[in-house]
Amino acid sequence: MAIEIHPLEQFTVERLIPLHIGKLDISYTNSALLMTLAVGLITALTVFGTRKAALVPGRWQSVAEMSYEFVADMIDTNAGHGAREFLPFVFTLFMFILFSNLLGLVPYSFTVTSHIIVTFALAAVVFVGVTIIGFVRHGAHFLRLFVPAGVPAVLLVLLVPIELLSYFIRPFTLSIRLFANMLAGHTMLAIFGGFAASVGFFAIIPLGVDVLLVGLELLVAALQAYVFAILTCLYLRDALHLH
Amino acid sequence: MDLASAKMIGAGLACIALVGAGVGIGNVFAALITSVARNPAAQAQVQPFAFLGFALAEATGLFGLAIAFLILFVF
Repeated sequence: MAIEIHPLEQFTVERLIPLHIGKLDISYTNSALLMTLAVGLITALTVFGTRKAALVPGRWQSVAEMSYEFVADMIDTNAGHGAREFLPFVFTLFMFILFSNLLGLVPYSFTVTSHIIVTFALAAVVFVGVTIIGFVRHGAHFLRLFVPAGVPAVLLVLLVPIELLSYFIRPFTLSIRLFANMLAGHTMLAIFGGFAASVGFFAIIPLGVDVLLVGLELLVAALQAYVFAILTCLYLRDALHLH
Repeated sequence: MDLASAKMIGAGLACIALVGAGVGIGNVFAALITSVARNPAAQAQVQPFAFLGFALAEATGLFGLAIAFLILFVF
């Protein structure tokens, strides 16, 4: 093959503004730039979208209201009653992941959520937060979550470790799901782009596949943000209502 | 066996994980079609769960695909 393909090159973190405090590297990277951009866009959408609130909403107000209502509806149906106070958190989470995923699809930009450390930090916040909420709401009674009701004592010996394991594996599955989706999707785009670069005239075929894949990636970007938010809601329901 | 061919074989083996994703996604949408055909009124309630199931099933396969990419392009 004449042309070398480096599909994982797009995930390199580059220092844009090098900053060091002692041995601590706090450089402003392209990852940080895309995060800033995502937060800025969300802030702009929600602030300017609702500043001149009208009874009949305009385009921007409509988008802001629809995303708000979408998340509010998701919480009401999945997290049970009394979960509305966590709406700001879930809304922030959903919008941040959605905008990071979508901004990553812009050619030559950078996908923040394709790095396991970013998604794991998000998932760890959810996990630790939900566990704290559970203990604050129910005290030691929260441990009932690991003991399924109406099960004979013999089976509990088996079931309690399984329940414990499935609880502690949550931050890992939550973060790896988002990270693997973004990594695999973007790598696939780059690989088909590499095919297009190396086959000459027939490049039209891998290029067509790439167009279809971008469509799929748009779906996946929105869907993974939705899945992350909805699983956060389900975990919240466990902590608030104990099954 | 040299390292390059071992990598190729390993990446190929890692892609077997996608079998599970295929079966899972097929199951999810087959169940969606069956339930909507039986009760078209339930479509609005059932569809979000179908897409949730689709995303969850797809993710497990992508773990394998990600491993294949890592074997091929990182190590």
